[in-house]
Amino acid sequence: MSDTSLGITLTVNGERVSERVDARKTLVDFLREDLVLTGSHVGCEHGVCGTCTVRVDGEIVRGCLMLAVQCDGATVETIEGLSDAGGVADLQAAFVERNALQCGFCTPGMIVAAEDLLKRGGVPTRAAIREHLSGNYCRCTGYQAIVDAIEAVAQARAKGR
Amino acid sequence: MKPAPFAYQKVRSLDEAVALLGGHADARLLAGGQSLIATLNMRLSAPSLLIDINGIGGLDRIDAKDGTVSIGALTRHAQAERSEAIARHVPLVARAMPYIAHPAIRNRGTLGGSVAFADPAAELPACLLALGGDIEAHGPNGARRIPADAFFKDLYETALAPDEILTGLRVPAATAETRTGFAELTRRHGDYAIVGLAATARAKGKGLADVRLAFFGVGNTPLRARKAEAALEAGDVEAAVAALDLAPHDDIQATGAVKAHLAGVLLRRVAAQLMEARP
Repeated sequence: MSDTSLGITLTVNGERVSERVDARKTLVDFLREDLVLTGSHVGCEHGVCGTCTVRVDGEIVRGCLMLAVQCDGATVETIEGLSDAGGVADLQAAFVERNALQCGFCTPGMIVAAEDLLKRGGVPTRAAIREHLSGNYCRCTGYQAIVDAIEAVAQARAKGR
Repeated sequence: MKPAPFAYQKVRSLDEAVALLGGHADARLLAGGQSLIATLNMRLSAPSLLIDINGIGGLDRIDAKDGTVSIGALTRHAQAERSEAIARHVPLVARAMPYIAHPAIRNRGTLGGSVAFADPAAELPACLLALGGDIEAHGPNGARRIPADAFFKDLYETALAPDEILTGLRVPAATAETRTGFAELTRRHGDYAIVGLAATARAKGKGLADVRLAFFGVGNTPLRARKAEAALEAGDVEAAVAALDLAPHDDIQATGAVKAHLAGVLLRRVAAQLMEARP
């Protein structure tokens, strides 16, 4: 029956994880506190800033607007998993190259959201890039360099790297 | 902040959910959670029990049949955004979808949740009102339908009883004569509207009939502007703007006077959309 803590089993970055969690624990707090995957950040905690963006069953979500208990049976990927798999290495390099970060707090969410757009293929317009990142705040860069980096990677990938 | 403690139960059937709702006065239903979990995090609400309805099968279907489109309550925004049936049969919703929040939120948020939550500045409640559809609800005595015009009662208040669940939306399918319009003003893409307008009409000769204008962000619920509707049917856009009788209150985004002015600006834009021939 209903309880304030529940056992969950899920796949995180390719590894099967079974934990008992408080029902009230958000997914991003579970990832950070229970699994010590601290790449996903906690900013506003109400779905506005986007720095907690992770993938659940292949789709990007707000880690602060999902509960860990909702992820029982799900496949979760964080910035650590995406980094280790190497698929976002070009994005990360382009962010460094173009100074698309200063403090870096928003960067994990930016990379996860950007990859969500780029994995669809093609070269999105700058407007489409801005629209796709509209739910991710950066308070340092003014976004221009972030859009530049993502556009450059899209063009490079379209040319076969 | 972090949510106050609560119990969680994932249900597999509507009856199970209704029974739990009936037994827990302060239980809340968890659908997409994109508004609910934010309010839990901020401790604006602290229910003792969350009833997760995401495991109930069959509530995420979109079916077009006999001139009516049924949209299951658990249809995600992103699913509606990609749906050919929505694009073809409910073009107003397709038009509104890109304005709703951001991709990561549209992946989780549900159409039923948005309508049931009834945020006065949200897009979908206004779309439903403009479409003139019905809300389907399931309660202890079975299913019933509530017309959109009778659904939105007051600030975050709907015609749903405390132990009823919104299970789906039924809207008329667009015909060759259907015209739609949608516009909103926000400070930032994806934010709740300062003022917004969803509209439907039927092309009649060179003019419009059956105009339905549903403004949002201007009152406690989405609001029809009936005098303006009549003026548009008479073919006079400026008379429609002059006939707007909304009385928006000041809020954090704008004064009531600014909102009233902006409502007129949106009405001109949407009237132009309604007059366009359908591609």
